[in-house]
Amino acid sequence: MRTRFWRQRTNIISATLTLIASLLLTGCFGNDEEDWNGKNISGLMPELEFDLINSQGKSVSGDDYSGRVRMLFFGFTSCPDVCPTALQKLNQVTSGLDPELQDEVLTLFVSVDPKRDTPERLAKYVDFFGDNIVGLTGKEPQLRQLAKRYRTTFGYEEPGPDGNYAVSHSSAIYVFDREGDPRLLMRSDLSAEEIRHDLVALIQEDS
Amino acid sequence: MSLLDYLLPYDFSPLTVLSYMLVMGFYGVGLIRMPDQDRPGSLRIFAFTLGVLICYAVMQTRFDYYAQYMFFVHRGQHLILHHIGPILIALSNPLPVLRFWFEKIRPGWRRALRPLGWVYQVLQQPFIALFLFVGLIYFWLWPSIHFDAMLSRELYWVMNWSMLLDGLLFWWLIFDPRPPAITSSLGYGRRMLVLAAAGVLQMFLGAWIVFSRDMVYDVYEVCGRAWPLDPEVDQLLGGMLTYIPPAMMSILGILLMLRRAMHQDGKYTNQSKQLEETAS
Repeated sequence: MRTRFWRQRTNIISATLTLIASLLLTGCFGNDEEDWNGKNISGLMPELEFDLINSQGKSVSGDDYSGRVRMLFFGFTSCPDVCPTALQKLNQVTSGLDPELQDEVLTLFVSVDPKRDTPERLAKYVDFFGDNIVGLTGKEPQLRQLAKRYRTTFGYEEPGPDGNYAVSHSSAIYVFDREGDPRLLMRSDLSAEEIRHDLVALIQEDS
Repeated sequence: MSLLDYLLPYDFSPLTVLSYMLVMGFYGVGLIRMPDQDRPGSLRIFAFTLGVLICYAVMQTRFDYYAQYMFFVHRGQHLILHHIGPILIALSNPLPVLRFWFEKIRPGWRRALRPLGWVYQVLQQPFIALFLFVGLIYFWLWPSIHFDAMLSRELYWVMNWSMLLDGLLFWWLIFDPRPPAITSSLGYGRRMLVLAAAGVLQMFLGAWIVFSRDMVYDVYEVCGRAWPLDPEVDQLLGGMLTYIPPAMMSILGILLMLRRAMHQDGKYTNQSKQLEETAS
């Protein structure tokens, strides 16, 4: 009885073991040879998709910027420190790339403060941080949807006597490859060199 | 935001809503249809309903939003899913309802379901149950795994469901109302040992979070908080929720077990003695 049981199941067992072994060998479990500075988020999040308006006031979607390595960053133009520092750093990163690589990357700055950040104001703001950057915003529900998709959120402080208010938002940079698949999450305290290293690796891996 | 926004799920999960509806549906129909003498009293029905409702509330209302973007709310969510909810459900003793439905299953189906019973028996070995209960808390709070779980929607759901199911298994093992003297349920001494061990192991982890000087769980920093709260305060509150209430619940559980053990002390042994005497 017992031997028959095993004989019948040997095929299934060996097939399962082969499958597991091949999965392990081919690296389907996120085996990543590249030594990233950012955090590898392959498979943890959905591909890049959004429905927003750009700084010319035109509605755009994720496909409009496809084919490039994209860095997504949430912020607002009245942001005192985090956003300017991060955008300045990203400008440094892209302008330090070889000229032929510069067009392969794009920074997407999403303002989560649509009340104050009109497309015109956004355009002026992002132009200050170089050429390879696009300012995006939208209605609050659209922005909430995008933030939820990437497991982040934002919140508004009560306005002070001068009408100014702080906005809490993600401090991370989400990096997507050419296909729009999520690849890395960069903390804003990484240096420009560290970010550049990862970007170059991403640009070169599938070109 | 209107009241409805607070009551509707932040991240709607049809499977979760369906599971809760099935549980409440089967419980309610079972209650109505079962013979009067088997039916649990109103306090027990209330405890069961409350246990199920608070678990549902932390998974499928606005609470879940705050749990995703605040560490201490997340710890509160797991306190309910892994402790308070399952404790209420186990103490309500839904066994009569389960028995009612089990008797409705056809014998052929019952045979087919037997492997499930074997798995259950393995999971309810005291050492395995303790390992699973504490292991899951440590696993999901392991900083790199916690980071991934908060970033990935799928992992997040796996995390919450695994905590709830394991909580139900563990607290049912502990609060099983069947007296161990005459049934196969775990002895009171072992139950108390398991509870004490679980309490101490959770206190280690909680104390480590509370007394950590650096940020252990920075995913909330990276992904933004629901409102601008000082990260250190968030971590401290979350650590305290991991540290104090679970330890208190272990002690309360031990006291409850002591009470039950003293209550039943001699009850069954005297009975068997009497039986022996009448027999001789």
